[in-house]
Amino acid sequence: MKADQSLDCMGLYCPMPIVRTAERIKKLKVGEVLEVLSDDQGIKQDMPAWCESTGNEYLGEEENGAEIKVYVRKTQD
Amino acid sequence: MDKEKEKEKLTIVMFSGDLDRALAGFMLATTGASMGMDVNMYFTFWGLDILKKNDGRIRSKGILRKALHFIDRGGPSRLRLSNFHLFGLGTRAMRRLMKESKVPTIEQFITMAQEMGVKMIPCNTTCKVMGLPEDAFRDGISPMAGAAFFLGEARKSQVVLFI
Repeated sequence: MKADQSLDCMGLYCPMPIVRTAERIKKLKVGEVLEVLSDDQGIKQDMPAWCESTGNEYLGEEENGAEIKVYVRKTQD
Repeated sequence: MDKEKEKEKLTIVMFSGDLDRALAGFMLATTGASMGMDVNMYFTFWGLDILKKNDGRIRSKGILRKALHFIDRGGPSRLRLSNFHLFGLGTRAMRRLMKESKVPTIEQFITMAQEMGVKMIPCNTTCKVMGLPEDAFRDGISPMAGAAFFLGEARKSQVVLFI
């Protein structure tokens, strides 16, 4: 999947990937896609939940071995 | 993130001064703030240890209070595990494991939470009983407040936790 920005959260556990995502998403324009790299399995449950609460769009995940990429589209400022 | 809509609220009572419980509280507080919630943390009884400065003597009147501050100095770097403290060995081992796992320290969590706008409120009654002046606490925390203020916030909150 193509992303406008990428955030490396490898080696970080909950809640850090979510906290960093919330910080970074502020730097995106509405409609842009953020890719978050993580090796924490929890992110597959946490990121959709974060998107639901904040109103951003969860686009899905890609797994490659231990590396998980999740994609979020910013829907509002 | 809709600014027209009133933000959801998360209210947490931090009753315990245990390292593990403090961590759980701050993990949820920072995550709540990340999810766009308005977060209030009320610190009472041993939870006040988390907000105390790490250094300096706490000045208060009376032998009982002086003894209390001598035994229970507080400060985020002095918190102990609720279980397996083992005269300090267990707590030290846990701090090391957390560092290796890149989990922020309590000190870092407090700073992070403050930057995210999490409000930290000391309970005024416990502060008076224990003889804790405002300067015993770190900078950037909210003014002391009581039970009515807490309940006023709690009844407007979608999530209320007692840790």
